Amino acid sequence: MDPVIDAKQLRKSYGKVLAVNDLSFSVQRGECFGILGPNGAGKTTTIRMLYGFSPMTSGKLRVFGLDVETAARTIKARIGVCQQENNLDPDLTVLQNLAIFASYYSIPTKIAHQRALELLSFMVLDHRQNARANELSGGMMRRLVLARALINEPELVILDEPTTGLDPQTRHQVWERLESLKAGGMTILLTTHYMDEAFRLCDRLLIMDNGRFLIQGNPEFLVREHVGRDIIEVAEPTNALRSFVDSRGLQYEDLGHRLIIYAEDHHDLFHEISSRYSREGYVLRMATLEDVFLKLTGRDLRE
Amino acid sequence: MSSLKLWDISFRFWRVWQRNLLVYRATWKVNFLPPILEPIMYLLAFGMGLGALVGKVRYHGASVSYVSFIAPALLSINIMYNAFFENTYASFVRMYYQKTFDAMMTTPLTMEEVITAEIVWGATKSSIATAIMMTVFSAFGLIAYPLGLLILPLSFLGGFAFGSIGMCFTGISPRIELFNLPIFLFITPMFLFGGTFFPMENLPLWAQFIAGTLPLTHLAAITRCLSFGFMDGRVLGGLAYLTAFSLVFFPMAIYMMRRRLIR
Repeated sequence: MDPVIDAKQLRKSYGKVLAVNDLSFSVQRGECFGILGPNGAGKTTTIRMLYGFSPMTSGKLRVFGLDVETAARTIKARIGVCQQENNLDPDLTVLQNLAIFASYYSIPTKIAHQRALELLSFMVLDHRQNARANELSGGMMRRLVLARALINEPELVILDEPTTGLDPQTRHQVWERLESLKAGGMTILLTTHYMDEAFRLCDRLLIMDNGRFLIQGNPEFLVREHVGRDIIEVAEPTNALRSFVDSRGLQYEDLGHRLIIYAEDHHDLFHEISSRYSREGYVLRMATLEDVFLKLTGRDLRE
Repeated sequence: MSSLKLWDISFRFWRVWQRNLLVYRATWKVNFLPPILEPIMYLLAFGMGLGALVGKVRYHGASVSYVSFIAPALLSINIMYNAFFENTYASFVRMYYQKTFDAMMTTPLTMEEVITAEIVWGATKSSIATAIMMTVFSAFGLIAYPLGLLILPLSFLGGFAFGSIGMCFTGISPRIELFNLPIFLFITPMFLFGGTFFPMENLPLWAQFIAGTLPLTHLAAITRCLSFGFMDGRVLGGLAYLTAFSLVFFPMAIYMMRRRLIR
């Protein structure tokens, strides 16, 4: 079966700046695919090319097997996009916001109204359907933007940082909604800064930096492959510890005030370190996607 | 090159027009007040106040009251203001602050349709305001019917012309404050010297010539002819001018907004 998204050697340049540089990936039907990367990595640019907002400089990009350069309108009719900003119509009510958006897809009024009500109850917003959009809290606005992205019953939803700036309650609620969409067979493409979000939602993900592809795969597999199972973090490491780690040939990262040792089932090692160099500030924890991310994209601040 | 691609405009643009109408109706009380109150204030100030000093004005081979001389000008200025402000300040807010266009672009709408709808909406606002203002003026007997009714379609054409050039400024203005510039350099001179508050013939020839190149001069001249209930060469010439003006600045507006938005 054709992949839902098929991107080959995608490239986007703004003058001399290469925002996206030879990026290739594909998303299968029913899959949740994540694009991760630091600020300025080219995530949003990639997404904007997908719905034809940014013309690509070169490459081949097909959505539903259709070329985005020639069939943008047809493609857009079949996808839902949730952009980073809550770009609602502030003067209109919650229900009107959905109705207006439905009209852009030429959905008949009655069907649109029915669907709007269903989506509002799905997003737990039905009690606010007649409130003006600018009276909503940040979390409610976000849920409304999500509901709006679903008004045309899309086969693919594209979510650009869907939970940035939300409180933990709302984040978890949004995750649950996305999981239930996924269970219903929806294909999802999302970008995020939150590793826990990507780990929980994505079947596969790719990490990019400076417009370039770094790695791709199943999140659990990526963690195992790139940083192992466990991490030992040591605050204020002594030189004695450093030479010990060196002598054992362990993989580690030295941040000066902090030593991060990538380990594989090293409970014994942890006990050895904490007993031999008995000081405070030792942590043994599970390796996470965040470790992979920081290892690959570095720890320098962006922007 | 994407800018060379044929423009993709379908009747779907009406959806965006309907969206603007819905927002307008949601705040209709605020929207209806200025076109009702402003002309009354102008008529009081210019008609009773200034009119008493000026007395009669020569127009179309007759001596007419100052109020009836400026009433059509006020209509044409109102047409200019409504469309120009809608497609500068209001469109800029939708584009830049509310990101409304970004959201629309994720739907089957094209950029060309969104901008077309914005300009057609600006022209519609001109027509709505004109209809309200004409009602007030008619109560004072300042418009000759039935010919005066043609001012309504004229207001749409005029609005389209001014909205198109307003949208061009929206396409290049980095900040909303900078709209002061075209208002100061383009709108205000027309407001004062476009044959609005005094006959063009009072100006030196060179100034008349410059004024003749500006759209409000033509719009005001046509509106005045129609308000007094006659047609002559000025009407046809003015209509040709406004049509040509639109044919230049409407595609230019789309081109400039494309350059600004599609990156």
